[in-house]
Amino acid sequence: MSIEHHTDTAVTGDPLPDPGLAEHQWRPTDVDPAAEKRAERQVAAFFVLAMVCAILFIVAYVTLEIGTTTTTFLNMGASTVALGASLGGAMLFIGIGIILWARKLMGDNEIVEYRHSAASTADDRETALAAFDQGVAESGITRRPLIRNTLLGALGLVGITPILALRDLGPLPGDSLEHTLWSKGMRVVRDVVGTPIKPSDLEIGDLVNAQPGAMFETNEDGEPLISGVDLQVAKSKSSLIMVRMEPDDIVPKAGREDWSISGIIAYSKICTHVGCPISLYERTTHHVLCPCHQSTFDLADSAKVVFGPAARPLPQLPLALDEEGYIVAQSDFTEPVGPSFWERDSK
Amino acid sequence: MRFTQRSIGRISRHRRNPAAQLVVLLLALLMTGGLYAFFSPASAEDAATDQQQIAQGRELFLTSCSFCHGQSGEGIRTARGGVLGPSLVGVGAAAVDFQVSTGRMPMASQSAQAPRKPAVFDKEEIAALAAYVASLGPGPAIPTEKDYSLDGMSDEERERAIVRGGQIFLTNCTACHNFNGSGGAMPRGGYAPSLKGVEEKHIYEALLTGPQAMPTFSNGNLTPDEKRDVIAYLKSIEEAPQYGGFGLGAMGPVSEGLFGWVVGIGALVLAAVWIAAHTTRSSKKKASA
Repeated sequence: MSIEHHTDTAVTGDPLPDPGLAEHQWRPTDVDPAAEKRAERQVAAFFVLAMVCAILFIVAYVTLEIGTTTTTFLNMGASTVALGASLGGAMLFIGIGIILWARKLMGDNEIVEYRHSAASTADDRETALAAFDQGVAESGITRRPLIRNTLLGALGLVGITPILALRDLGPLPGDSLEHTLWSKGMRVVRDVVGTPIKPSDLEIGDLVNAQPGAMFETNEDGEPLISGVDLQVAKSKSSLIMVRMEPDDIVPKAGREDWSISGIIAYSKICTHVGCPISLYERTTHHVLCPCHQSTFDLADSAKVVFGPAARPLPQLPLALDEEGYIVAQSDFTEPVGPSFWERDSK
Repeated sequence: MRFTQRSIGRISRHRRNPAAQLVVLLLALLMTGGLYAFFSPASAEDAATDQQQIAQGRELFLTSCSFCHGQSGEGIRTARGGVLGPSLVGVGAAAVDFQVSTGRMPMASQSAQAPRKPAVFDKEEIAALAAYVASLGPGPAIPTEKDYSLDGMSDEERERAIVRGGQIFLTNCTACHNFNGSGGAMPRGGYAPSLKGVEEKHIYEALLTGPQAMPTFSNGNLTPDEKRDVIAYLKSIEEAPQYGGFGLGAMGPVSEGLFGWVVGIGALVLAAVWIAAHTTRSSKKKASA
């Protein structure tokens, strides 16, 4: 066994020399004038195609009918399809043209740009600070407190004005969030058609999307008493889902034993999470699901939350019968409907 | 034939005879008997065919349905308290006609959803099954064509039906079946099926009987006219062109977002990669370089 002795030899020159940039390889369009001409024509052709598409857009806009006499194409609105296809085509062809231009004809020499410090030089910084100090001294803001303080006061007051404009967001809701259109003796009627409901109308498994009768009341001229924004606001709070299930399936909350009529039970349709209207009702499980965030309520068990982000059960509307045998409300909801709000439990 | 030649006065005199009451009674009995003999064979035959149909339905039921619904349609509960097959007492002929005609029953397997598939039984067998299940307890009968058919409506009537049906649909049905009747997801793996291309009769029966987890819309809840309005609306949106271009299943933001992200942005990424990967270079040198 012999040990080989290596003798260190002095390294001369840079052990890892900078290879520099690889030799630039030219494109066919750089070296072949015929290819260059051809590429030029290609780019121009795409721009011309874009022009054709733009003209087609104008033609489609003017000629194709919309509204009640919509022109159709393959069972789709011809105008929508033609406008989309022509405008999309025009943009696509402009894009293809620009990319071809850049890739084939514009210069493609490699450029090296070295990094440098982000900070300014010491000289620049000194000059800037000196200018600032000079400004402070010449304005005399430190020597003239009257001007300084009045300026601060002016800026502060001007700053308050946009806050004042928040007042225009409307009058405070007051207790309107706590009350709905429902009241003692108000009939429960079917939404859309507005007809009152007798318990005998409903079979086990039925679901009724209901509204308070007042929503369909009219004056002597047949004009609705509530309309427009007021109607939408009323509807957003008083919408109701009423279902009929086997009376034995209902597990009433203490004090709510007489709130249902032989298996007919009604809850607010407004989800207590963020207020989506919900009526995805499963007859077999008595669950109602909110499509927005999957909160699930068990209508047989006081609308208890069985899944999802909702924090409280759906408010229940106490039901009774009037002297004609129609279903009416015993009172308004006993708690605010819909999502939580700041002052909800302050009373 | 002396009797017919007697004047009215003489008949009245005879009626006062104590024997007259007996004669009238005998005559009445004979007539009733004769009428019964004349009409009864037909109804007796009907009853017999009804019985036969129910018996045929029972045979089919025992082989194809009783495993889950019990031998007399009483339903079967599982050991854990779940339901293998619900009781069919009182579901009526309409429920059977819907479930079996659309191929939902018999179910291929116990799962969250009974999907629509080609019907296993023919018309006569479905009628027999429906007759048997209807005999178990009173329930909704199969609707007749005049309940659900839109034929014979004038254009104006149809227009009005579509408008009202649309409002009813958007209030009561869109929650599960989507604003366009395209269907949607339900809890625990179930789904509300698409209503596109569903026969008028089956829409009516589904409203009436509430298949699977669907709530019912009995005739007291939604009148037959209102049900027909809903059918008119559904048929109108089936025929209506898609004014906005490709509907992408009219599933709302889900399918549109999926298409935009996967197909739209995907195509842009692929195009960018393709552009960067393809550059032709020449081995020639530029003369001036």
